Amino acid sequence: MGEISNAGLQQDDFDLTQFYAVFFEEARENLANMESMLLDIDIARPTDEELNAIFRVAHSIKGGAATFGFGDVATLTHELETLLDRLRRHELSLRRGMVDLLLEAGDVVKAQLARYQGSTDQSPPTDVLIGRIRQMAAGQEAAAEPTQGARCLEVRIGPLKDGSAADGLVELFRDIPDLGTIEALDLGQFSAEGVRRFKVMTRSPDSELLELFSFHVAREQVQIADSGAAATAPQAGVAAQDPLAGARPAAPESDGYGFFVDPKTLPAQAAAAQPAAVEGDPARRSDARAKPAAGGLESTTLRVSVEKVDQLINLVGELVITQAMLTQQAKDLDAVKFSSLLGGITDLERSSRHLQETVMSIRMTPMSFVFNRFPRLIRDLAAKLGKELDLKMVGEATELDKGLIEKIIDPLTHLVRNSADHGIETPEKRLAAGKPAHGTITLSAAHQGGSILIQVSDDGQGLRRERIVHKARERGLPVRDDMTDPEVWALIWEPGFSTADEISDVSGRGVGMDVVRKNIAALNGTVELDSAEGYGTRVTVRLPLTLAIMDGMSIGVGGETYILPLSSVVESFQVTAGMVQTVGATGRVVKVREEFMPVIALDDVFRVPRQDGDRAPEIMMILEAEGKRVAALVHELLGQHQVVVKNLETNYRRVPDISGATILGDGRVALIVDTASLVKRARH
Amino acid sequence: MGVMERFRTGSAAGGGAAVRVSEFLTFKLGGEEYGIDILKVQEIRGYEAVTRIANAPAFIKGVVNLRGVIVPIVDLRVKFELGEARYDAFTVVIILNVAGRVVGAVVDSVSDVLELDEKQIKPAPEFNSLLDAGYITGLGTVESGEGERLLILVDIEQLMSSPAMGLLDTGAR
Repeated sequence: MGEISNAGLQQDDFDLTQFYAVFFEEARENLANMESMLLDIDIARPTDEELNAIFRVAHSIKGGAATFGFGDVATLTHELETLLDRLRRHELSLRRGMVDLLLEAGDVVKAQLARYQGSTDQSPPTDVLIGRIRQMAAGQEAAAEPTQGARCLEVRIGPLKDGSAADGLVELFRDIPDLGTIEALDLGQFSAEGVRRFKVMTRSPDSELLELFSFHVAREQVQIADSGAAATAPQAGVAAQDPLAGARPAAPESDGYGFFVDPKTLPAQAAAAQPAAVEGDPARRSDARAKPAAGGLESTTLRVSVEKVDQLINLVGELVITQAMLTQQAKDLDAVKFSSLLGGITDLERSSRHLQETVMSIRMTPMSFVFNRFPRLIRDLAAKLGKELDLKMVGEATELDKGLIEKIIDPLTHLVRNSADHGIETPEKRLAAGKPAHGTITLSAAHQGGSILIQVSDDGQGLRRERIVHKARERGLPVRDDMTDPEVWALIWEPGFSTADEISDVSGRGVGMDVVRKNIAALNGTVELDSAEGYGTRVTVRLPLTLAIMDGMSIGVGGETYILPLSSVVESFQVTAGMVQTVGATGRVVKVREEFMPVIALDDVFRVPRQDGDRAPEIMMILEAEGKRVAALVHELLGQHQVVVKNLETNYRRVPDISGATILGDGRVALIVDTASLVKRARH
Repeated sequence: MGVMERFRTGSAAGGGAAVRVSEFLTFKLGGEEYGIDILKVQEIRGYEAVTRIANAPAFIKGVVNLRGVIVPIVDLRVKFELGEARYDAFTVVIILNVAGRVVGAVVDSVSDVLELDEKQIKPAPEFNSLLDAGYITGLGTVESGEGERLLILVDIEQLMSSPAMGLLDTGAR
């Protein structure tokens, strides 16, 4: 743990450290609530309820921080409290600048708390922030950029053929308040080499300036140096200030969808403790959201540790299995003699099923937990990129197992950033293309069969086939001219695309579509791309619902029992002579209506030991997974029932073609077939 | 290393000095007797209703249902090629809790739980054994009737989590 002030902790020999965890947890939730509320609030007409709720957040964090002796947190939240108190009493009216400041302050408090939790050594400086809060609270407009902290830079642009490209930079500073000031040093004239020179005063970091400038001029043509410092060689100068920018290719914006960008050049997500105070076009608030004010959630929920819930789930699982065993044993009893016993067992069956469903649902968390962070992200991105971004969220109430929720956040964030960065065009371009100036990114989640489908789609410029083919060729990937569009999009997943083999990222998270796919595959999920040039792009992530009660069909394969997910069974029929035809050396196909399908014999796939007198399998099951079909040969159809999916990897390891296991009524374990991998195997 | 330790003032050790005592479960495998830390042992069961896992090595018999938990079963007799392995009413499986997992190991027979103090445990010399010397933590001696029992003390956690046992994913995919 970092240096934690123990002042105040050892009062009365009472050790307060045991309460840390609860405080941090609550503070985290409170800050998240506050952020949501700030993003949703109607600046023209904030309700008293909202203002009070936000005030309470600051107040409660201040209280806890003071108790535990977290001085800096207490000080900052005290200032926030003052401002918020005046707001809720209507002594001050809410302005956009205040909302921005409050959001910024929230981030700083988060960072301060992170230090106490030991995840970082740095505490963000707060003097300036506190100054601004005080100014706001006193009713003055806080200076958009305080004079201290602003840097004086000399910026050279060139060599340029056309000096007017650099005028675009002047417009940038005009249109984006808080960015700073710019002054041409060369009276608008070219220098001999075609270089323009400017003096810039700004608080923004170089990486941000470069990103903005790159809308008008190529990155390599920008050199930023501290005024007074001798101008160093172009690449080195820029690189020394901002190693992230150096290697970026010439036209980042038109580069295919961010897939080919050297990951080192993507701005580090977590590097800065404070977000830049750039105010660009505001991100419109989502129309589709229906969240009530978070402040209302006070006492209708319970905080429970995940382990307890898991334990509960296991116990209920055991109960169901025992009940299934009882049902099985009771089957053979005389129905008349034991009528009440049998009646009791039926009731037991019903109750335990109900109990199981309810308990399973405890771990299920709505997707809104994941989606909630995106309004803020979009807002910041829109400001940073100078684009107008609308975020729509659909199906936020769709539930997903808690374990998966945490792990899906990173890949989704990357996809959303891609859409904002490379998908959606600038307002000018959009208008020129006949589209509305604001671009829409839609996040949606829905259940489908035994999976959850999460989609990130945008109405931007779509994937550009030519670019991708070109890049693929450059990187030596196999490309044919007659590839279908989906095949071209699929190239993006190839490891060759996202730069060198070692993908290391500044913030410690993987970058690049290859890693996104790996992350999703690690969750047993799949991801697909779909796009129409000029119209937009859609990424679809499919995840299995773990801990599911799945509808399964049990089949007999050479004396062993396996389970097929019912959702992937299309139909089944008896094989008659002549139905199955051989193709090539070892392939077999069967014709079903007008479609030919590859045949796989499950007793071969699972190497079921043969015994004398075994008959050949005669039942064909048509299975479908990920849009493709295959015909599986089995011996028997045993029945259809609900099964509890158990993870094999808890105590063992991943088994090819098997997605999990379940316990049958007689207590034996049956393996659940992974139809997606069967289909893949058959189609190779 | 995971060995339960209790301190007793052993009069044998003289003058109130504390003596460490550890408890071991002993079992027989291939004519030799082994001892493992009792704390790693969850329970002892018979061998029944094992579901085969396709394409697993021969010594991994499959998985069983242990009160709702899916547990893989490794037959150490097969793994170490100790002649014919029979599966009948007397076959015994030691259910272990190692490396955060529950796994079962089939052995020839299980004997008893013994306490061994420091003095009864000696470092193991180099000798030919089924197991890689790396897994052997020492040799224990126990009075038994007129003679002595020799126990090969094994780090069962390391053994079961080794790649050779094939129970853990190596991470490569």
